[in-house]
Amino acid sequence: MIGLPASRTPTMGAVKPGAAMIEAAQLSVDYGVGEVLSDVDLSIADGDLVGIVGPSGSGKSTLLKALLGTVAPSTGTVVRRSGLTVGLVPQVEQIDWSFPVTVAECVGMARARGWRTPWIRRAERVEIREVLERLGLEGLGHRHIRDLSGGQQQRVFLARALFTKAEVIFLDEPTSGLDVRTRHDVLHLLDELNQQGLTIVLTTHDLNGIAAHLPKIVCLNTRIIGAGSPDEVLVPDVLERTYGSPMHILEHGGMRVVVDAPLGVVRDAGEATA
Amino acid sequence: MNSVAQPGLVALDVFKPFEFEFFRNGVLVATLAGALCGVVGCYVVLRNMSYIGHGLSHSIFGGYAVAGLLGINLFLGAGAWGVLTALAIGGIVRRRPIGSDAAIGVVTTAAFAFGLAVVQIYGSPGRNADALLFGNVLGVTWADVWLIVGVSIGALAFIFIGYRQLLFTTFDAEVARATGVRTNVVDALLMVLLSATVLSTMNVMGVTLIAANLVIPAVVARMLTDSFSRMLMLAGLIGAVSGFVGMNASYHLDVASGPTIVLTAAVFFVLAFVAGGSFRRRAAGVGHAH
Repeated sequence: MIGLPASRTPTMGAVKPGAAMIEAAQLSVDYGVGEVLSDVDLSIADGDLVGIVGPSGSGKSTLLKALLGTVAPSTGTVVRRSGLTVGLVPQVEQIDWSFPVTVAECVGMARARGWRTPWIRRAERVEIREVLERLGLEGLGHRHIRDLSGGQQQRVFLARALFTKAEVIFLDEPTSGLDVRTRHDVLHLLDELNQQGLTIVLTTHDLNGIAAHLPKIVCLNTRIIGAGSPDEVLVPDVLERTYGSPMHILEHGGMRVVVDAPLGVVRDAGEATA
Repeated sequence: MNSVAQPGLVALDVFKPFEFEFFRNGVLVATLAGALCGVVGCYVVLRNMSYIGHGLSHSIFGGYAVAGLLGINLFLGAGAWGVLTALAIGGIVRRRPIGSDAAIGVVTTAAFAFGLAVVQIYGSPGRNADALLFGNVLGVTWADVWLIVGVSIGALAFIFIGYRQLLFTTFDAEVARATGVRTNVVDALLMVLLSATVLSTMNVMGVTLIAANLVIPAVVARMLTDSFSRMLMLAGLIGAVSGFVGMNASYHLDVASGPTIVLTAAVFFVLAFVAGGSFRRRAAGVGHAH
């Protein structure tokens, strides 16, 4: 279930078992320079595959962080089901690619809570090998993280999140900097993991390459402008209010394709006034 | 142990200095200090905080003066000053109004300047300022030895128990925090360990050269491997060898121990750099903002 919760009751903060995995109610975040997020109601349920879209500065990453719990709400609440294990795949630009970690070390470090041996135990090694195989990274455990292709690098961090047995994985711009083919592969992988029961929340700039393929989309521009399936959300009115400029929707092969308003309109208008 | 020099040959009796207790203590402390700084330095270098050793040692020097003024135990006072400084740096860096290099610059110079002003007004607290500035390993007492042994054991225990949390926090603090690691606790404990390391090794290295002991072994180790666990071990080893060789060189060349230890470590860097290839490629990523 996604979108506006059915009702707002005084006990909004208390999430019943079996209800939403994560629930944000009237969430606002303010970094001291005005609200970055304002009055956001959003609920993430088991098995969701949700994409958060919006222009730069619309609060996508902040919403992700607030749902994760690394950014505190200035007003409103975010309630996570108790004991929920979360994973985060950061933006590739945020990763220090020169840091000395091999693929196996990178995956292994994530199981860090509680008492853990410094070295990766035999049973964990087997698990790491399995998760690397599951993501098509077999035999790469000893490689340095920089010595991989873009798609492989993205999958290492996905593997790390899976290794923690995360029930929900957040991905911040998972396809930025990837070529079309690799983007396609990552999208398929995410879909496959979702089919296997993993809950996934991601942010993306890419309306056509990613968002249009997801079952659920949240359009964000400080506030939630629209939420629902691509058919419901990828419509000119919602997109214009999200991005602040007119957009057109084309139908192609049964899919919705979002395009900017044709430049010709601007030029025609200019010529008309000339 | 006394060898007889052959006529026409310059004999270097490498065992002779070991007859003296002060030298044996010195070598022990220098070797341990090298290993300790090497290991702790890995976390410092990988956090792009290479300059913190330099800054902290200065601020601790200031702490000596303040402790002397207050009439409390010099070591405890200086240590507490160092921890406070380190926590202030950590706190500023976490809130990110300015970068780590700038935070280190602001906080530690202020702490140092405060100490200098106190010394000017109230006089030196007693310890020989030269020894603190340049290191006087030959004057080490058993108390110094035990202090460094204690800090080394504490460091090993901390790194052993918190290995994955420390690595996760150093590599990827935001994700670590999201995954449930208490990164602020990890950061604070690391700053405490760093202060203790600087404090306990200051007598050997001196304020002015301690940064080298934290930085060079870690940088050389980074050049030799792409694995974090191997980097830790190599940095400890390179630091220990530098301390041991540097101390012996100090005796035979009659040069202060701080410079000989640092120069020995620098030789390792030059060797790795000249060897080039993958060593130099790995070095390219060290200490760069990202």
